[in-house]
Amino acid sequence: MDDLLREFVTETNESLDLVDVELVRFEQDPNNAKIINNVFRLVHTIKGTCGFLGLPRLEALAHAAEALMGRFRDGVPATSDAVTLILAAIDRIKTILDALAQEQREPDGSDADLIGGLTQMAAGLSAPKMPPAEAPERSVGTLVDQVLERPLLPGEDSLDDLERAFRATPVELPQRTKSPLAEVGKDDDQKAGNQSIRVSVETLEKLMTMVSELVLTRNQLLEIGRRHEESEFKTPLQRLSNVTAELQEGVMKTRMQPIGNAWQKLPRIVRDLCNELGKQIDLDMQGAETELDRQVLDLIKDPLTHMLRNSADHGLETPEERRAAGKPERGRIRLSAWHEGGFIVIQVADDGRGLNTERIKAKALTQGLVTEADLEKLTEAQIQKFIFAPGFSTAAEVTSVSGRGVGMDVVRNNIDQIGGTIDVRSVPGVGVSFTIKIPLTLAIVSALIVEAAGDRFAIPQLAVVELVRARADSDHRIERIKDTAVLRLRDKLLPLARLSSLLGLDRAPADDLESGFIVVTQVGPQTFGIVVDAVFHTEEIVVKPMSSKLRHIAMFCGNTILGDGSVIMIIDPNGIAQALGRTAASQLQGAATEEGAVAATASEQNTSLLVFRAGSSQPKAVPLALVTRLEEIDARKIELSNGRHMVQYRGQLMPLVAMNADVRVRAEGAQPLLVFSDGMRSMALVVDEIVDIVEDRLDIEVAGRDGVLGSAIIKGQATEIIDVGHFLPLAFEDWFRRKEQKAALRPRSVLLVDDSPFFRNMLAPVLQAAGFEVTTAGSGAEALAHVDRGGAVDIVITDIEMPEMDGFAFTQALRRHPRGAELPVIGLSSIVSAEAIARGRQVGFHDYVAKFDRQGLIAALKEQSEFGRAA
Amino acid sequence: MNSTETGTQREYVTAQIGGELIGLPILRVQDVFIPERPTHVPLAPSEIAGVLNLRGRIVTLIDMRRRLGLAPSSDDKARLAIGVETRGESYGLLIDAIGEVLRLDDDVREPNPVNLDPRLARVSAGIHRLNEQLLMVIDVDRVLDVAPESVAA
Repeated sequence: MDDLLREFVTETNESLDLVDVELVRFEQDPNNAKIINNVFRLVHTIKGTCGFLGLPRLEALAHAAEALMGRFRDGVPATSDAVTLILAAIDRIKTILDALAQEQREPDGSDADLIGGLTQMAAGLSAPKMPPAEAPERSVGTLVDQVLERPLLPGEDSLDDLERAFRATPVELPQRTKSPLAEVGKDDDQKAGNQSIRVSVETLEKLMTMVSELVLTRNQLLEIGRRHEESEFKTPLQRLSNVTAELQEGVMKTRMQPIGNAWQKLPRIVRDLCNELGKQIDLDMQGAETELDRQVLDLIKDPLTHMLRNSADHGLETPEERRAAGKPERGRIRLSAWHEGGFIVIQVADDGRGLNTERIKAKALTQGLVTEADLEKLTEAQIQKFIFAPGFSTAAEVTSVSGRGVGMDVVRNNIDQIGGTIDVRSVPGVGVSFTIKIPLTLAIVSALIVEAAGDRFAIPQLAVVELVRARADSDHRIERIKDTAVLRLRDKLLPLARLSSLLGLDRAPADDLESGFIVVTQVGPQTFGIVVDAVFHTEEIVVKPMSSKLRHIAMFCGNTILGDGSVIMIIDPNGIAQALGRTAASQLQGAATEEGAVAATASEQNTSLLVFRAGSSQPKAVPLALVTRLEEIDARKIELSNGRHMVQYRGQLMPLVAMNADVRVRAEGAQPLLVFSDGMRSMALVVDEIVDIVEDRLDIEVAGRDGVLGSAIIKGQATEIIDVGHFLPLAFEDWFRRKEQKAALRPRSVLLVDDSPFFRNMLAPVLQAAGFEVTTAGSGAEALAHVDRGGAVDIVITDIEMPEMDGFAFTQALRRHPRGAELPVIGLSSIVSAEAIARGRQVGFHDYVAKFDRQGLIAALKEQSEFGRAA
Repeated sequence: MNSTETGTQREYVTAQIGGELIGLPILRVQDVFIPERPTHVPLAPSEIAGVLNLRGRIVTLIDMRRRLGLAPSSDDKARLAIGVETRGESYGLLIDAIGEVLRLDDDVREPNPVNLDPRLARVSAGIHRLNEQLLMVIDVDRVLDVAPESVAA
């Protein structure tokens, strides 16, 4: 294409984007003469250039649009219709420009419709007071008589008039009064030209490719350097390495663009949507200056637009509905972006009605994504995730705006492709927010080089949370439930998968997971462990796309050349996550919400449960967190002493307690046991069979009898939840009790605050057994209400990790309450870290106890109640 | 067999593979190289012999024996690869030995015999009868049409 023409197309497109934005602003702020002058000038420039380049169609359109804008400039109030018409003209200009860029000539066609409309509108709008612009004395240069090759239509301005008007338009050129030097760097509007140059994207891409090659060569040299300890190359190599890194950073920077570029078209879209849908929408954009790689930027433009349309169309209610719901009539969509580590986070939030979970459920059922039984057990958050399923669209009626059947799944696909994640959070009646997290750049990433089955692979560092060495005797133990291997890592269970099995590389079924390293990986809300044979180092790798013949392999997202010149595959954590299956996804939901700083409400929180059978065919379950270990021992090792079954276990005698009378301690073969430990003491519960570990909501429905807290529906089956607290004293009578406990004093009232009904049910009897009166509260607010009502309370025990108001916040609130200022508070947490303890002190905890340390808790209670008495 | 009067001549790079003689249009051949240290790609179609780094480019190796449905190689001797490109991607077709460049008349190229093994017929663009042997003309694009691309998406 002709260079001149190409430049014209690029520049004009940019100007038009600006015109779009400015016009929408003008419509909202019709008295702002500065805006309309700006728009007027832009359109005039376009018209002038078109004339110069001999593009009559564009010129005529621009002329007609300019004429109408001239009316606004003269003080005629801008009507929505008029603005719509001008925007339509601008769209047409854009279409023509596109064709022009491709065919290098104006496409055939007529714009009589638009021009007619524009001129008619211009004629219809009469300037009220302001006299026609008459400021020839301010004109610079001579007016050349313009000739129009047709008679003027009614209402049309002569070219001369327009030209005069244009010249009369005050242009914000640098004011001559100041010294030109002082201007430099001040007036951004006009100044940018000198500070930046236009470089074609192609040149930048090439530069980037070359830098990538340079990085590879540098890596190769470094690799050689590593092999030769003492080498005179060492110093220059280090220097080269640093310069390369700086160069890489510099080139990356040239590719960075503010995300605002992708947002530029959005105000216009929202405006059009307002008209189309009859809604009033405010678009609020924050963090438009946040920069990201232009390649990534291009890829998220469409998803963002789609999400915005969705929010406007489905998310926000009509003004009437909003009024009825007691909300302001104007809906609000907030678009924000910020940097977070190597990621950019983009959020699209509306204050609309929220996702309709019922409808999502119904749709998920009809589409066969889930069975009715499974649906029952899903949390709200899990149900909401269905909107990302392929072909999912809940819009009851297909509108022209969105809901064409391609929906959030397309958005999710696009985002997956660039290694990003998307999450949705919705509160009924309050709004929906989508959070997208994408890497800043795709070209060069830091990766962990690992080995599996003799081959090396790269795992993008961004997905890696930590590395764990699993050993049989360490805390990070690999446990197995049937064929599923899981890692217990700080009270969370992570599904494990061997990389070599996922890749089909296992020659023999090796299940020696202990020997490997576990790469704890997080993809969106999912966390899982990838077991590899060895971990080498991290390396900056240049991502090269997979060959089209290999792109269908979901496990890989690209390949790269390592420092030693060999090619290795880059593992796609998304692919691994998918391979781990939907079960894993749902299992981990509970664990993940915690990470996402989005605490689900209490009832949605899942508990890991160990399901087993003992005595009857009805499944029984116990929260996994309470179980220290699962063991299978040789039944012959079980000894009978004093009428009780015992077994030597880790150098101690461990009593075995049968679940109930129907459970027989086996005489031979393997005997499955659930081991509970507390300090030095351990006891084991004898069961018939360990069935599974499941993640489910725990709603205990029926009150139980001895040893059973009640029943709950777990994975569709009525399951007895056993009360571990009942069995522990059977092994050691004094498990909970202390000798000094029997002091016949007035029972002290304990207020137990815990969001989990399970722990409330579990701890309350234990505390009662220890001689306390117990009141329970499911949340900080509930507990405060109890205090407020004047309910009995001498000591407060509060969980730390609670949604909405955590234990710290609750304690602070309690301290402000007149009755609560002096109350002893014991913090209860599964996480006992020095930091948490310090924080606890600060907010006024008197003690801090690990959640399952009953002895510690009772001891702390005694201490505090003594203290309370003394005080 | 007529000599050339009207027909155009084409040049072919010939190669031996599992006892067969094949010819590739010379314009499609970038280079011939010894594939060094190829990386096995797990889960890849069986015809993909791996990927390797050839002067900074990642080349996908196609196992021509498998592609053509021939018996796998019995000896472990270093093989050769013919480098070809399509749509910006580089491929290496693994062969046993490289032969000479032949200039052959298009006119005398014969269509595939109807009873040709379908795996061969799939990639063959016709047969040239040479003095001692038959030469199968390989359609490079069809050879490269390996993976069911629909699996992606």
